[in-house]
This record gives sequence, C-alpha cells and structure tokens, in this order.
Amino acid sequence: MNHSQSRPAYLAHHFSDPAQQRDASKLGMWIFIMTEILLFGGLFLAYTVFRTLNPDMFYNAHKHLDLTLGTVNTIVLITSSVTMALAIRSTQVGKKKQTLIFLFSTLALAAVFLVIKYFEYSHKIHLGQLPGRFYTYTGIEGTNPHIFFSIYFTMTGLHAVHIIGGMVVITLMVVRTFKNHFSAEYYTPIELTGLYWHLVDLIWIYLFPLLYLVG
Amino acid sequence: MNTIPEINYLNHPKGIKSWLLTLDHKRIGVLYLVSILTAFLLGGIFAVMIRLELLTPGRDIMGPQTYNQIFTLHGAIMIFLFIIPGIPVALGNVVLPLMLGAKDVAFPRLNLASWYIYIVGALVALYAIFSGSVDTGWTFYTPYSTETGGAVVAMTLAVFILGFSSIFTGVNFVVTIHKLRAPGMTWFKMPLFIWSIYATAIIQIMATPVLGITLILLALERIVGIGIFDPAMGGDPVLFQHFFWFYSHPAVYIMILPAMGVISELIPVFSHKKIFGYRAIAYSSFGIAFISFLVWGHHMFISGQSQLASMIFSFLTFLVAIPSGVKVFNWTATLYKGSIWLQTPMLYAFSFLFLFTIGGLTGLFLGTLATDVHLTDTYFVVAHFHYVMMGGTVMAFLGGLHYWWPKMFGRMYSIKWSRIGTALIFLGFNVTFLTQFVLGTKGMPRRYYTYLDQYRPLNFYSSVGSWILALGFIITAIYLIHSLRKGKPAGNNPWGGLTLEWTTTSPPPTENFQTPPVLTHGPYDYDTADVKPTI
Repeated sequence: MNHSQSRPAYLAHHFSDPAQQRDASKLGMWIFIMTEILLFGGLFLAYTVFRTLNPDMFYNAHKHLDLTLGTVNTIVLITSSVTMALAIRSTQVGKKKQTLIFLFSTLALAAVFLVIKYFEYSHKIHLGQLPGRFYTYTGIEGTNPHIFFSIYFTMTGLHAVHIIGGMVVITLMVVRTFKNHFSAEYYTPIELTGLYWHLVDLIWIYLFPLLYLVG
Repeated sequence: MNTIPEINYLNHPKGIKSWLLTLDHKRIGVLYLVSILTAFLLGGIFAVMIRLELLTPGRDIMGPQTYNQIFTLHGAIMIFLFIIPGIPVALGNVVLPLMLGAKDVAFPRLNLASWYIYIVGALVALYAIFSGSVDTGWTFYTPYSTETGGAVVAMTLAVFILGFSSIFTGVNFVVTIHKLRAPGMTWFKMPLFIWSIYATAIIQIMATPVLGITLILLALERIVGIGIFDPAMGGDPVLFQHFFWFYSHPAVYIMILPAMGVISELIPVFSHKKIFGYRAIAYSSFGIAFISFLVWGHHMFISGQSQLASMIFSFLTFLVAIPSGVKVFNWTATLYKGSIWLQTPMLYAFSFLFLFTIGGLTGLFLGTLATDVHLTDTYFVVAHFHYVMMGGTVMAFLGGLHYWWPKMFGRMYSIKWSRIGTALIFLGFNVTFLTQFVLGTKGMPRRYYTYLDQYRPLNFYSSVGSWILALGFIITAIYLIHSLRKGKPAGNNPWGGLTLEWTTTSPPPTENFQTPPVLTHGPYDYDTADVKPTI
C-alpha cells in the first residue's frame, strides 16, 4: 500500500485503498441483508405457529390464492434477478449503454410484479378475503381463516415494500450510471444494489411455496 | 504544563452547520452524548416523580392514570433513548476508531444518518407523549396494548425508528473493527472495549430486526386487527411475549456488554497492571452474546408456557452466570497486587463491580423457577434490573465518561467534586434500590399506584434515596459543564493508558492522528511499556 500515490475521487479519506473500501462496503451490505432475513424471520415464525395450530384451514385457504399469477410473478422476479446480475457485469466491463438497458429491464420487471400483485390484492379485497377483523368471506372451511389472510397480506405486503425500496435504489443507480459515476474500477454501489435485489428475490422464493403451494 | 492544541476536532471547522453535517465520528459521538444525556435527564425527572408519588400510599402528586403513563415513559425513555444507544453511540463513537488507530468509522455518512434517525425517533416518541401518551409499560404486552387508549402506535413507531439507528451503529462498528484496524493490530491486540462493542453490535444486528417485525405486527394488530395476538380471533397473546423478549432479552446485553468493556479498560489502567485473562474476557463477551439469544423464556415463567420450556429456559439462564463470572473474577484478579489509583473513573469501576455483582446474583433468584413464581412482578425484579442496568451500565457509563472526558474535551474536571458526586450517586443508588429488594420479598407488587401501610417506611427510604441520587447527578452535571471552559488542560495521556487513543492530542485533530499510529505494545502491557500519567 503506497499512500503517496494519487487517490481516485471515489475513495473516501479514511480508507487506504479501493480494495479496503470495497471489502468494507460489501461486508456492511451482507450484515444488512442478515438483518432483513431476521426481520422476515419473525413472520416466518408467525406463519409456522399458525399453520401448526390450523393445518386444515391453511390447506383450504391457500386454494384461494391464484397459483397462475403467483407462478408468473415468481418467473418475473427470477428474470429480474438475471437482468440485475447482467447490469453488474456490464458495469464491470465498462459498457454503460448495456448497463442502462439491464437496469431499466430490472425496473420494468419489478413494476410488472407489482401490477400483478395489485390485481391479486384487488381480487381478494373484492371477495372480502381480508386480514383479521375485515375478513368477510364465508367459503373457507377450518378454524380462523382470517389468520391466513392476515399472514398472507403482512408477508407479501412487507415484501412489496421491499420491492418498492429496491426500485428506488435501482432508479438511483440509473441516475448515477448516466452521470458516469461508475467504471470498470469502481462499481460497488451497483454491486450492492444487486445483492439487495437478490435478497428480495430470494425472500419471494420462500414466500411463494409457503403461501401458494401448501399441502 | 499541558496545553490544548490550537486546532482540534471541536473548533475546526466552526459553525452550527459544520456540526449538523459533520461526518467526523468524534463530533457525531458528541452529538449523541448530548442527545442521550438529554434523554437521561428526562427519564430521570420521571423517575423522581415516580418516587415522589410513592412517598406515601395514595395520591401525592398525580392520579393513577398519570402514574401509569409516567412509569411507562420512564422505562421507555431510559431503555430506548438512553441505555440501549448509550455507551456505544456516545463513548464508542468517539473512542472506537481512535482505539483501532483508524481515521473514522467505516461508513461516516451512515453514522450521521443513525444520529438523525435517533433524533427523529426521539421526536416521534415526544409526539406520542403529548398526543395521549402510553400506559402499557415499556413492554407493550398484548392484549392490553391493543385495547388501551393513548398513542401506542406512535410510540411503537418511535421504537421502530430507533431500532434502525441501533442497527446502523452496529453494522458500522462491525465493519470498522474488521476492516480498519491499524497495521499490526491483530484481533488479540485489540483493547477489550472493542471486543465488547463487537459482541454488542452482533446482538444489535441480530435481535433488533425481530423487535422491528414485532412492532409492525403490534401496530397492524391495533390498526387493522389482524388477530394474531388476539385470543378471540384464534391468535395468541403469549406469542407477542415470545417475540418481544426474543429481542428484549438480548437487548439487556446490548446494555451491559459495552459497560463490561469500559470496566475492562478502567481496571488495568488504574491498577497499572496487565489485565488478567485477556482472552477469557474477550471470549466471554461472545459467550454472553450467544447465550443471550437462548434465554428469553425466563421472562415468561408465569405466562402459561410449558413447564418443560420453563425448565430449559431456567437452565440456560444459569449458563449466563458463567461468562459473567469469568469477567468479574478476571477483573478482581487484575486488581490483585496492582498499584491502585483511586481516581473518579476507578471509583465508578468499583461501584460497578460491587453493584453489578449484587444485580447478577439476584438474577439467579429470578432464574430459579420456584423462587421466581414468588418474586415475579414484585419490587424485587425492579431492584434486580436497576442494580444491573443502573448499578452496572450507568456506573460504567459514568466511569467511561470520566475516563475519556479529558480526551474528548481536552480538559480535566474537578477531582474533588467528582469524588463527592460519585459518593452521592453510589449512596443514593443503594438507598433507593436496596430497600426495593426487601419490599419485593415482602410482596409489594411493581407498577402499582399505591401500597399497603406496612410498606410505608421502606418506600419512604427509597424516595429519600432518589433525592440523594438526583443531587449527585446535579453536582456531576455542574462540574462537567464547568470543566468544558475552566478545566485544566489534561494532556495527551492523563491516566497513563496504553491504548492508541492516548497517543494523540486531547482533543484529537479531525484526522485523529498526526502520523499514522504504529503499534509498539499491547493494550495492557504495563509490565514492559513505560508510560506516565500527564495529570
């Protein structure tokens, strides 16, 4: 490490070299991802408790979720993870135009996911398959069917909030790419955005079978 | 003659804006210090009000509803705004990078963000206090918290926001410790304060999100009635307790571990002796952090959880005593044949040893199933956790504050007045809380607005203790503020410490060190290194 060499503009004053800065940022992101997993962990616990208490109801209630839309959304999100990974790769090899195309694709796929989710939600709201005391539907056998929808809406709702958060950050990355902030030497923010986006994707990969594929 | 460096982090750059937008960890530490001390003052005023109300049975200064709100606010403010952020954000922020020989924490902007988030959380909490307040106790137990009036949702939102602040600090410190240690500082050459902050950060990172989701669920329960904590709708109120304590038990180690770290610094410095059992103390911090995640059920022995679960939780709770004991014995062994220097920080370290040991041992009574059934929700519990939290953490915080104060501000406080302050705080604390152990064993329930006549004398003593305590704090506040301008310059190394923060000027320059620090000895090598105090 030679401190007398000229320091690149992106290197913060308290790091001695870019590698140290990149390692630190990545470690920070991984720790943040751990906190996200623990946040959803609480909901997975609640899911487990209530499914154990009401096994038949969970089986009956899950049939009222739209498996086709759920499957399409799963494919949409996985594809968006691919485009995100490609965006990172494009930045690493210094191809700005490609990076932008892939970032916009990721944004578009995220929007498709939310639109589909919107149609699923409005259908449930129309039928009265709502959380807790707003539950008015009568067609589900078993104990406490409203609990299933409490959990369904809380889990998918919190996940949707994360999708929206991800979209905001990706938009920020689009802006910064436009402004030539990134190069083959410096692409950490875009890489970290990718890590976050894969996490959001991964949580859905667990939500989908737990909610749509019971039994 | 010691002098204050002309340019240091406090006076350069100048202006309020340069403080509010600062990325310097030391300035952020000072901002945090002011904030948490304000919270401590507010929580302290509520505490004195509680004791005033309990001076005699029946109404003294407020009605029962107000009383419920006051003790809730005392608990919530002290825990979420003072003691959980406490030592790490104020003292840790200032000295952690200095001790590591780093120029700053890994993410300075995140560090500043965490302070702003703390302030927003505090403002939301204030809003909650003025828009109906909260009378649930700091634990927000369902179903009461979903049915009572008041601003429960606003208060949970405040705590949720404060959680982010805590997580950001934790992330920042872990990454800083991993990536920004000075050349030559291997893991086992780090000061023990760093080890304990690291263990604390792990708990902050792993437990706080669970509190976050708990509060989201509680808010949803209250706003839209999702029913998962409501037995009438097939939900389970005990599930809330599990969720809550899964965070809040580890959180008590967020409070105590940094305190133990401070003590591990104070004792070798003021004994002028190499610390006994460095590795055992370092590992025991992680032992405590690990076990802390497995003992939450001991808050729920009478909640109706299964007897088997209670037995397991009771057993695991006893395990905590092992790493805690390891620390206490190692500190005591360090004192043995040391050349003990009774400066104010050391007086606080002794207070800690004495009070924390009482707090820890009375914890065993509560971890034992048979005695806990008798003592649950009595003043014994109140006395126990005040001995740990206040007798432990607050004493260590004060010790650390008096220890690093000359480094932070470059000046010494009055030694005479600080000794008087320490004595009053120690005395006041014991008069206030020792009586409460007795009250608890005699069956006086906690959180009650009034009490039977037989508890009158002890309650009176306890309230008198709170006045002595308040006097001690007032004196402390006065001489500390006075020292900021009038104190004698302290010099680089007032106590003769060997950790890196004492190698730079007091106060340090913005960049921390004029030349990158080089590690020439371990943090406690008093047997080989030659060092003299500058006061």
